[in-house]
Amino acid sequence: MGGRRETMVNALLLAGLLAVPLWALWADEPFTITLATRVAILALAGVGLNLALGTGGLVSFGHAVFFGIGGYAMGILAFHAQNYTPLIEALSIPGTKSMPVIWAVAVLASALVALVIGALSLRTSGVYFIMITLAFGQMFYYFTISWPAYGGEDGMSIYLRNSFPGVNTLVPFNFFAISYALLLAVLLLVGRLMRAPFGLALSAARQNEARLRAVGIDPYRLRLSAFTLSGAITGLAGALYADLNRFVSPSMFSWQTSGEIMVFVILGGVGRLFGPVAGAALFILLEHFLGGISEYWHIFLGALLLGVVLFARGGLIGMLAGEEVAHD
Amino acid sequence: MSPILVIEQVLNGLQSGVMLFLMAAGLTLIFGVMGLINLAHGALYMIGAFAAAAVAGATGSFLLGLVAALTASAAAGALIEASVLRRLYGRDHLDQVLATFALILILSEGTRWLFGSFPLYLDIPDWLSGPVRLPGGIRYPLYRLAIIGIGLLVALGLFALISRTRIGIRIRAGEADREMIGALGVNISVLYTLVFALGAALAGLAGALIGAIQSVQVGMGEPVMILAFVVIVIGGIGSIRGALVGALLVGLTDTLGRIFLPMLFGLFMEPTAATTTGSALASMSIYILMAAVLLVKPTGLYGSAG
Amino acid sequence: MTEPMTEPVSAPVLEVRGLSKAFGALVASRNISLDLRPGEIHALIGPNGAGKSTLIAQIAGELMPDRGEVWLGGQEVTGWSTAARARAGLARTFQISSLAMEMTVLQNAVLGALGARGKVMRFFAPVLGDRALVERAMAALEAVGLQDLAALRVAELSHGQRRQLEVAVALTLAPKAFLMDEPMAGLGTSGSRRLTGFLDGLRERAPILLIEHDMDAVFALADRVSVLVGGEIIATGSAAEIRGDARVQEAYLGEEAGGEAVP
Repeated sequence: MGGRRETMVNALLLAGLLAVPLWALWADEPFTITLATRVAILALAGVGLNLALGTGGLVSFGHAVFFGIGGYAMGILAFHAQNYTPLIEALSIPGTKSMPVIWAVAVLASALVALVIGALSLRTSGVYFIMITLAFGQMFYYFTISWPAYGGEDGMSIYLRNSFPGVNTLVPFNFFAISYALLLAVLLLVGRLMRAPFGLALSAARQNEARLRAVGIDPYRLRLSAFTLSGAITGLAGALYADLNRFVSPSMFSWQTSGEIMVFVILGGVGRLFGPVAGAALFILLEHFLGGISEYWHIFLGALLLGVVLFARGGLIGMLAGEEVAHD
Repeated sequence: MSPILVIEQVLNGLQSGVMLFLMAAGLTLIFGVMGLINLAHGALYMIGAFAAAAVAGATGSFLLGLVAALTASAAAGALIEASVLRRLYGRDHLDQVLATFALILILSEGTRWLFGSFPLYLDIPDWLSGPVRLPGGIRYPLYRLAIIGIGLLVALGLFALISRTRIGIRIRAGEADREMIGALGVNISVLYTLVFALGAALAGLAGALIGAIQSVQVGMGEPVMILAFVVIVIGGIGSIRGALVGALLVGLTDTLGRIFLPMLFGLFMEPTAATTTGSALASMSIYILMAAVLLVKPTGLYGSAG
Repeated sequence: MTEPMTEPVSAPVLEVRGLSKAFGALVASRNISLDLRPGEIHALIGPNGAGKSTLIAQIAGELMPDRGEVWLGGQEVTGWSTAARARAGLARTFQISSLAMEMTVLQNAVLGALGARGKVMRFFAPVLGDRALVERAMAALEAVGLQDLAALRVAELSHGQRRQLEVAVALTLAPKAFLMDEPMAGLGTSGSRRLTGFLDGLRERAPILLIEHDMDAVFALADRVSVLVGGEIIATGSAAEIRGDARVQEAYLGEEAGGEAVP
């Protein structure tokens, strides 16, 4: 992707994200490993949003929905497994503690929800689209609060981390490695997709819709596919995030969560494949260090975000790798 | 299901609807005239509520509190318009969303820093407290009735302002053609600041009025603002009439749904299940309403082109 | 009774039948009929505000007519979307260059080739690794003389080069008919002369419905000219016939230049 300098920045980012927890493993700093795991998972959520927002130009302020669906997919499956109650009584389908199964369910469920929300929201565009995705986020938020079966407002705890065949997931570094590997796999996938016919056409739909129609391609199906895929990736991140915290709650669905995922994308650089990785890393660093200095660190985050929007549209990667977004 | 309960709930729905209108009117005005999507509108609502609670607490006067709310939110609105938002009028919606999201972070945390994390309380003044007896023997809180009255008065005032006055003509001209109004020699940046301050003052008024019913705390504005988004999606962006109709629809649907949906399910379900299902569905009702409107009219009830 | 035998040969590729469109009281298209036959350039001229844009929008599918039909390649396409008409063989160029600005010249042409092939939902293989697509795109770029600029971004192209790229993208579609909206707009004298020469040869590939203000180009190229005034076609004929038509002189050319505009 893009210029040689951007490729180098990307490689350094990935290496850094691996090196920090490796160092922490050696220095016996498990908390740092957890921070790195959060970066990997939140970056994954951002990669999902970036596909819709950066490549497709779909400003979704409701990606918390998919993050939450992924989280609750994990929560509900593990809840039934830990309580030995069937998930669906009539069919006596049990819950599960197996990560791969949970991931599959999380991805499918969030893709399905994204398909429905996308099909409705993409009937509109511009400001309507932003407001509607935001509103659908609130709908899921209030629904999880008022639905008591899975903890309602309080959310629910999962006592043990879920399992992955052949790996002891209770070891912090192992869980980091799993999250990191998934992030890499998705980056690879999305990177290919952006260069494939689909990516070219999706990007054209953002840049010039009339041109796309004039060559015989309808943007709706492209955008809906991108939105669905984007939701599925963010859903996978939600399942991992719930597993990291062993806790799910309605706040995963909140508008603040949508806003934060968007902040990762922007801080890193809109439309750049590795933007969300840089953005999530910066966010966690700020939260950790500024949060240590002041309880009110969101003021500084807000000021920084404002600065990026007004003066540095390329985000962090843009500053490091040169201004223009790379496309080939 | 007694008729008294129904009338009470309809009044509650109206009350929530007119407050939503105050929020939605500002949002839709600002979008209509300046083309700006303002996520920080909820923060202005919060600023109004805090100003009212602080001043009413210090002076003991509710009216002074209201004046403070209007002044503080209008001033805050004018300040952020002149310092930040002015740079965003020509930019795309993503930039506007992000910058105003950043403003939420700054304004909310700033308020938390000033007032702390504990909620403040704003008391209903004596002369507005207690119930009144309405025709038909219904007892209803005077304060809520007053809110409905104020909301409807503001709506009337807005319609008069837009359709009758010179500034209203300028506002409508600004909606129609930004360049033309510039060519006419109207000082457009002053007009924009005024419109923004007006929208902010409406939000601040709503915050102060609601502050006496609910607690005043950081983060109180955003849920209301998102509801106001639902209102203008339903009503059609840029239309004040759409904002009024949408606000009343949303207020009534939400309030009535919460009470009557569980009752409705109780007719054929066992009580706990009925309450659960009914209230879960009620929490989704306005979004279902929004989706239904979108399916039929993607630009809202009174919207022009998307 | 021999006529039906010869008709398939000259059957119009693109045909508009009795098209009408009004916006409130303003009638923008009044019972318009015109056709485009194989191998010809049919120019549509008319003063500003005559309803050319509205007519193009209805032919391209951006606007639905109140009455009347649009036929393309023997099929009625009146209710079809813009994209569906493009797939059925209608290639248009825009009055104001309409390209994907952040992409390269080659990517824009490949996008056209991709649209023509139709298989967009491909998620893995790199689009620029698809030889058939790239060859088709390069052939179109060569035809307009942009092959050496293939790697440049559109944002780096001059105005004239963007006009050429518009035409190249249309070429990648291998269309049944071209719909060109003022392709000469903003080109200098030498630029329009070059494009005129190019369009002259293009009619062999597919006929062109040409909307153009540049009268030199129109009279040099057009096999037939139709004149649109006030939403109505007031005359259709050869360049010579149109030049000599008194109604055209009066309604269109006479007013502004007293006939001098007609060479």
